[in-house]
Amino acid sequence: MSTGEASTQATRIAAEQTDAAPAPSNHVGQALRRKEDPRLITGKGTYVDDINLTGQLWAAWVRSPEAHAKIVSIDTSQAKARDGVRAVYTHEDLDIEASLPMAWVPPGIEVNTPDHWVLAKGEVKHVGDPVALVVGDDRYEVFDAAEDVIVEYDPLPVVTDPEKALESDSPVIHEQFATNKVSEWSLGGGDLEAGFAEADVVVERRIVNHRIAGAAIEPRGVLADFRADRLTVWSSTQIPHLLRPFLSMLLGISEDRVRVIAPEVGGGFGSKLQVYAEEVGCAWASRKLGRPVKWIETRSEGMMVTHHGRDQIDTVRVGAKRDGTITAWHSKILADIGAYQMFFTPMIPELSAFVMCGVYKTPAVQTDVVNVMTNKFPTDAIRGAGRPEATHMIEVTMDQLAQELDMDPLELRRKNFIPPFSEGHETPIGVVYDSGNYELALNKLLEHIDPAKVRQEAAELRERGIYRGIGFCTYTEICGNAPSRIVGPSGFGVQGGGWESAAVRVHASGAVTLYTGTSPHGQGHETGFAQIVADRLGIDPAQVDVIHGDTQAGPWGLDTYGSRTLAVGGEAAARAAGKVAAKAREIVAHQLEADPADIELREGRFSVRGSPDKGMTLSEVAGAAYAPENIPEGMEPGLDEQSFYDPENFVFPFGAHACVVDVDAETGKIDVVRYVAVDDCGPAINPMLIDGQVHGGIVHGVGQALYERIHYDQDGQLVTGSFVDYALPTAAEMPSFETDRTETPSPVNSLRVKGVGEAGTIAASPTVTNAVIDALRPLGVTFINMPLSPMRVWEAIQEAKGGVAA
Amino acid sequence: MSKTVAVQLQVNGATHRLEVEPRLLLVHALRDNLGFTGTHVGCDTSNCGACTVHMEGRAVKSCTVLAVQADGAQITTIEGMASDGQLHPLQEAFWNDHGLQCGYCTPGMIMAAAALLAENPNPTEDEVRHGLEGNLCRCTGYHNIVKAVLDAAKTKGATVAQQPEVTA
Ligand code: FES
Ligand code: FES
Repeated sequence: MSTGEASTQATRIAAEQTDAAPAPSNHVGQALRRKEDPRLITGKGTYVDDINLTGQLWAAWVRSPEAHAKIVSIDTSQAKARDGVRAVYTHEDLDIEASLPMAWVPPGIEVNTPDHWVLAKGEVKHVGDPVALVVGDDRYEVFDAAEDVIVEYDPLPVVTDPEKALESDSPVIHEQFATNKVSEWSLGGGDLEAGFAEADVVVERRIVNHRIAGAAIEPRGVLADFRADRLTVWSSTQIPHLLRPFLSMLLGISEDRVRVIAPEVGGGFGSKLQVYAEEVGCAWASRKLGRPVKWIETRSEGMMVTHHGRDQIDTVRVGAKRDGTITAWHSKILADIGAYQMFFTPMIPELSAFVMCGVYKTPAVQTDVVNVMTNKFPTDAIRGAGRPEATHMIEVTMDQLAQELDMDPLELRRKNFIPPFSEGHETPIGVVYDSGNYELALNKLLEHIDPAKVRQEAAELRERGIYRGIGFCTYTEICGNAPSRIVGPSGFGVQGGGWESAAVRVHASGAVTLYTGTSPHGQGHETGFAQIVADRLGIDPAQVDVIHGDTQAGPWGLDTYGSRTLAVGGEAAARAAGKVAAKAREIVAHQLEADPADIELREGRFSVRGSPDKGMTLSEVAGAAYAPENIPEGMEPGLDEQSFYDPENFVFPFGAHACVVDVDAETGKIDVVRYVAVDDCGPAINPMLIDGQVHGGIVHGVGQALYERIHYDQDGQLVTGSFVDYALPTAAEMPSFETDRTETPSPVNSLRVKGVGEAGTIAASPTVTNAVIDALRPLGVTFINMPLSPMRVWEAIQEAKGGVAA
Repeated sequence: MSKTVAVQLQVNGATHRLEVEPRLLLVHALRDNLGFTGTHVGCDTSNCGACTVHMEGRAVKSCTVLAVQADGAQITTIEGMASDGQLHPLQEAFWNDHGLQCGYCTPGMIMAAAALLAENPNPTEDEVRHGLEGNLCRCTGYHNIVKAVLDAAKTKGATVAQQPEVTA
C-alpha cells in the first residue's frame, strides 16, 4: 500500500467521543480483510442466476430493432405453438395500470414525462424497446420462441442528436408534448452579469461529456415467485427496498406481502439503481402463471436496455481577472436523456449544479439545464451521476483558463481555493459544503509527484517522438444523500426521503446481527459496518453478522447509491449500536450497583471506571437482558435496537489527482504512465476499502476519457452494443495507482466520515483529459473532447498542423 | 427439445454423466446441470472471462466451449481450487490484497491467474497485466488483482492447479 500512513496520521483529527460514537477504536481505522471474501473466492457466493426454484420458467423479451416506429402488428401464434412455451404476452395482455416510476417532481418546474410501459404500447421509441414477453420451460428455447414472434413495424423518423432534437423541424418522440424538450431548470447565485463585466478574460468552451455504460460484470437478472398471495423477487439490484413499494403499487399487491431480496450483486455503478420493466414483467408473469419466472440479461441486451449515463453537451463560460481571480461561472447543460424517463433520469443533470463552484471561491455562478429526449435508451445515475460531468467541465475549463492567462494551472487553482473550513462553507447557490482543506490535499499530492520533473522528462521524450503530459484535478463532490428536508418533495423535488435505517440485535448468546437498510454490491459493508458496530460493543468484527438486501430481514431502508452508505447507513449503524451500548451500560450499572455514567468499555467488557475487574461482557449483558430478573425497574427486556438517521446535510469529499500520459503523435495512442490520487473522505473506517473504491473509480473515469462510449448512429442503432465494441479498460491498459489520503473530519455525522465510492470517477476524466491536452500542446492542440480515442487524437494533431483530418 | 447427446465430464476430480443438447454451453452445463455456480457469465462475446475454467489443465472460457466438446475432459472450476479446507495461494492472496469487490469476476480471474502462473511462475507486473487481458473487472481497477497475483507467485504452491492430474 502506497498510503503514507504516518503522514495521514498527522492530518487526522480524532472523532469526537459522543454517545453515538463512544468508539474506543480497536477496529475502526484498520485495514481488516473482508468478511465477505471467503465465500466469493471459493465460488460460494449466491448471485441471482445461482438460485433456481422448483417449477421455474424462463423469460425472454422480444425487442425492437427499430429506434422509432409504429407497431403495426404482433403475431405471437408461431411462438405460442412451440413446445415448452407457456405464454407470450404483449402490451394488451398486461393489466398493469401504471407506468414505470419517475421520482423527480421539482416544485414549479414542468417536466414532460411520457408514460413508460413494461411492454411498448403502439410505438417503439428506442432500439431494444420491449414489445413482447415470452415465458417457457427452457433457458435456451425461450430465445428460439422470441425469434418466432413476428412484429411488423412502420418506421418513423429518428432523432439522436440532442441539439437537432430541439429544432422545430425535428421528429417528435412523444407527440403529446409537441416538443422533445423535457424541462428547463436553473440554479444560480451571486450577480452573474456583474461578475462577467468585472472579468478581464472570459473563456468559453463546448465540452461534450459522452454517453457511457455502468457495465457491471454481472448482468441484471430477476427471479420472481408469486405464491400464496405473496410475491418474492430476487433481483440483481442496488435498491431492493425502493423496488418493493413500486412492485406493490404496479401489481396491486399489499406492500407487506412483497419481499425483495438483492442477493450477492455483481456490481452496480448506478446501473442497478432502477425500477426496470423486466423486474415488474417477471413478477407479473409469475403471478399470472403461478410459477416462478426467471430472466437473466444477456450482455448485448444489457448494453441496450440497462440505463446509460452522462450524455451532456456543456457550454461553459468562466470569467477571471488577469491575476487569475475567478469572477463568474456560467454553465449551460444540454442533457440527452433518451426516449423515456426512468427513476431519476431527468434529475441527474441537475445534480451537476450543486457543485458547479468546485473548490473555488466563485462570487457568481449559474447552471442552466435543458433536458431533451432522443431515440436512445434513457440515461440515469452512473457512478458519480452529475458530479463527474460538473467536475469535468470545471476542471478542464480551469486548465483552459490557465492556458489563456498563461498561468501555471496549479497556481490558478491555489489562487482560487476556498480557504480551509471545518464547520461549513456556503457557496453562492446556498449549498453548504461541510468541511474542506483543498490546499492540504494538493500539497500531499505534490509530495508524490513533481510536475517540474515530469516536464523535464517530457522534454527528453519529445526528441523520441513521444509527447508526455501531466494533468491535474482538484475537486469536491456532494454525497451522503440525503437530508430529506433539502431533497424532498417541497425542496429539490425527490418524491421521498434520504434517511437510512439500521438495527442491531444482540442475541441471547451475545452473538450480534446488524441489519442495514443499505444494499451493497461489492463495497465491503459487511466488513466496514462490522468494524463500526464491534467497537461500540466491545467485541470482534468477526462476531458481527451483517445482513443486508432483504426487505423482510429488518426495517425499511433506502439502499445504496450516491456514496451514501457509510455517511448515512454507517451512521445509522453507529447510532443503533450506541443505543444497545447505552442499554447495556444501564444493565451493567444496575447489576454492579454503579452509575451508568461510570460504565466504560474496556478490553471487551463494560466495566466500572476505576475498577476494571468489575464488569460484564456483552454476552453476559445479553443473558441478563433476555433472562431479565435483574434489570432496572421499568426497563424492557431484550437487547435489540434500531435507528433511523436522517442527515442534517450532505457531505463533501474532496481531493487532488494527477495523471501522466504519453501520446504517440504518429498514431494518437495514449498510454497512462502514472496516476496519483489523494482523496479525503474523513477518517478511514477501513483504509483498504477506501483504496479499492478509489482504484475502481479511477478506472471508470479513465475508461470514459480514453476508451468507453455508448454510440448510436444517426438511425438510432446502437453501434457499441457488446463488450466487443464497448471498450472496457483491461489490466493491460492500466498502470498501478499511487493513492494517499488526507483526513478532514465532517461535522455532519458522529463518524466524521464522507463517502468515497464515486470520488475516483469524478476526478479521473478531467485529470486524464488535462494530461492529454498538456501533452499535445507542443503540437498546437489546445483543447479536445472525450473520448480520446487514437483516431480523435490523431485528427486533432492533423488539424492543428493545418492539414485536413481524414 | 432437440436430440440430446451423452457427455461425460470430470469436474474437480469427480465423474459426471449427463445428457445434453448439442448446443449447450459448457458454462451452462457446469452451472445449471451440475451446480458449479462459482463459474459466472458476464458477456455473450467471449470478452469478459468471468466463465474461465481449466480444461485439461488449460484456461478456457467455458462460454465458448460446447459441453459436447468437453466430453471426457478434466475440468477444474473455482470450487476445485481449495482442498482440505486449505485455500489455494491465489485465493489467499486475493483475500489478503483486497483483489475483489463484488466478486463476480473473481472466480474467472483466479482461474486465469492460476493458468498464467503455471506457465510463467515468476511474472513481471507487465506480464500479469497482459496475461489477464482477457478478464474484465469493473470494480477493482485491477490494481489489487495484479498485486494479488504477484504476491501469490511468491508463495509456494501457487503454480500448482489443485485439481486433477493433467494428462493432455
Ligand atoms: S462469459 Fe465467457 S467470456 Fe464472458
Ligand atoms: S470484483 Fe466486481 S467485477 Fe471484479
